[in-house]
Amino acid sequence: MFSYTPLIVLFPLLGFLVLGLFGSRIKNEKLLGILGSGTVGLSFLVAVTLFVQMLGMHPEERKHVVDLFTWISAFTGTSSSLSVSVAYQVDQLSILMTLIVTGVGFLIHVYSIGYMHGDPGFWRFFAYLNLFIFAMLNLVLADNFVLMFLGWEGVGLCSYLLIGFWHDRKFEVGGYKPGTSTTSDAAKKAFIVNRIGDFGFLLAMFLIFVNFGSLNFDAVFGRASVVSEGNSAMVWIGLLLFLGATGKSAQIPLFVWLPDAMAGPTPVSALIHAATMVTAGVYMVARCSVLYALAPTALHVMAIVGALTAIMAATIALVQNDIKKVLAYSTVSQLGYMFLAMGVAAFSAGIFHVLTHAFFKALLFLGSGAVIHAMHDEQDIQKMGGLKHQLPTTYKTFLIGAIAIAGIPPFAGFFSKDEILWRAFSSEYGSIGLWAIGVIGAALTAFYMFRLVSLTFEGEKRYGQDLHPHEAPKTMTIPLIILAVLSIVGGFVGIPASLFGGNSIEQWLEPIFAPAYEKLRMEPHPVEITEYLLMLLSVCVAGAGIYCARVVYLRRSKLADSWKAKYPGTYRFLFNKYYVDEMYDTVIVAPTVKVSEGFLWKGIDVKVIDGIVNGSAKLVGMLADVIRRVQTGIAQQYATIFVGGILLLLIWLIVQ
Amino acid sequence: MELQPYLLLSAITFVIGVVGVLSRRNAIIVFMSIELMLNSVNLSLVAFSAFLGDVTGQMLVFFAMTVAAAEAAIGLAIIISMFRNKQTVNIDDINILKW
Repeated sequence: MFSYTPLIVLFPLLGFLVLGLFGSRIKNEKLLGILGSGTVGLSFLVAVTLFVQMLGMHPEERKHVVDLFTWISAFTGTSSSLSVSVAYQVDQLSILMTLIVTGVGFLIHVYSIGYMHGDPGFWRFFAYLNLFIFAMLNLVLADNFVLMFLGWEGVGLCSYLLIGFWHDRKFEVGGYKPGTSTTSDAAKKAFIVNRIGDFGFLLAMFLIFVNFGSLNFDAVFGRASVVSEGNSAMVWIGLLLFLGATGKSAQIPLFVWLPDAMAGPTPVSALIHAATMVTAGVYMVARCSVLYALAPTALHVMAIVGALTAIMAATIALVQNDIKKVLAYSTVSQLGYMFLAMGVAAFSAGIFHVLTHAFFKALLFLGSGAVIHAMHDEQDIQKMGGLKHQLPTTYKTFLIGAIAIAGIPPFAGFFSKDEILWRAFSSEYGSIGLWAIGVIGAALTAFYMFRLVSLTFEGEKRYGQDLHPHEAPKTMTIPLIILAVLSIVGGFVGIPASLFGGNSIEQWLEPIFAPAYEKLRMEPHPVEITEYLLMLLSVCVAGAGIYCARVVYLRRSKLADSWKAKYPGTYRFLFNKYYVDEMYDTVIVAPTVKVSEGFLWKGIDVKVIDGIVNGSAKLVGMLADVIRRVQTGIAQQYATIFVGGILLLLIWLIVQ
Repeated sequence: MELQPYLLLSAITFVIGVVGVLSRRNAIIVFMSIELMLNSVNLSLVAFSAFLGDVTGQMLVFFAMTVAAAEAAIGLAIIISMFRNKQTVNIDDINILKW
């Protein structure tokens, strides 16, 4: 059965090839949509079959590696040999990620049939989406760093292609002069910022190869158990891998591309920038948990960066007016929670949050897409309001998503977020400070989400008379409903022991993280009363956030404006995203451009290199100017030289 | 017979011919100098032939004279063509093929 694993990766690749080569000739949207979604659906079915089979197996038997072929083979037989194969590893962690990618991916593909209706690039969209799923599956199913990196780069490429899907459409990109940038600039920004992270990933791979002699997961993690503690190379590996993760998963300092990635169509934002690509960094940390267990310093850094990102992005989301930007910063914030979890060595809690976040964030993005669709591409929530009457299904599902992300039980977000907060508090690698930042972030999350709900769906309508919003078609609402159901029940796989649950997801993932926990010398915690208190506190805090948001934005709407007037500096600081883009522009981008243009181009390229090339030509010319004067045209002078030569020859002959 | 005087005369006339070729401006004088060079060689050949008692040298002289005559004919034809184009036989004026 496990030999069918490559099919999971193959179906989307076939979809991409067929759609890419023939899609422009197929005019039937339904056929294109079925083709595009069908491949992902088939992958999902295979993954489900594998999963069901794995459920029936003993935990030790659940891992399988399917080796397809050898990709790179160098220096075989020496101590520095490198052998990399295209091989897919199915174990508890990768099958979980595969199910998320193909399952949520399938729903979003179906949604896109409705959302992208009428777009001339319909076939191209599905081709790129299929390519993305292919790359993402390579990432999560790879059994070595190099294949994972192929997937890593592949999803970055697809992100670029899909963000800039409607190229030449005007779009404000942070750090650019207002009015000059297009969606292509947003796509370029995403790719370039990602690249910086990829550089860290590559350096980490080099270090891993130098230290462990292989790039295969089993080989590296197997040898990791015999590495001594306090080895500084491990810390560098951990930090550099994390740098790659900050790029891909939008943490400080490389998060600036994600809000501008909202230039792409909403299904892209849902799939790539909420449910799957941005979780690649979290998956990578989970996969390399053993390496991180050898470098607790890197874990500390990760936890702090994650917590700071979580709260910083939440504060920015408080004041944004574009519906997708709020959700984008919300994604950055939730990813911060996932890294906070990883950083306090609560690896399965982080993956659990990946799962629940995929459900409710995809739901929220798709719901916002339905709103944008209904409002004829209006995205400013200040121009919405009262839409719950016109878009009932969208409203109900969006509300469910908002409650889930706010962390209200028994919805999915509560279990995963609470697990993270508890672990941040109680773990040997956590601290009260991290927990406190997390709780404040949770309060802000509840507040800004319900600000969004209130301003978009509730209250009085603030849009013009000529707009008649109507509910989305079935292809769009059915995925919303499915995701809403998942957002409600999705948390039940992780009910903690304190609430008398079996915490199935932690049990499922236990063999993956056991080596890391052993290295970190972590002991299982018994259930304490503190856990219940903290749980109660976070629910109250979330509830308070929701209540405040509803009061401020529904009943006393003047309050928000008065705050804006009383603290204009703070408001501007938050609205302009802490001026991070502007800071990067002045500190990094502008000097680089200046050096490149002023010095490297005008100085070296024009003066030195062109100077050498043109100069040598000029030198030849000058020499020629002198030498050509021999040709006077007077035959007697030629004859004179002739005779002179003969004389010399004669003298030489006589002297010999 | 004595060889040396003949060779000396041949050498002297040859050198006079070379100097003439190199330094005279009039094209006809240059040709005359070339003829002088050819004839000095003829003299040298005949002297050797008499000294060695071998007829081969005299045979070569016949060939050389024939060639010299043909060459003079062609050379004079070139000079006439030159004169018709440029109205001069001063070879210093024939210098278009230059830098």
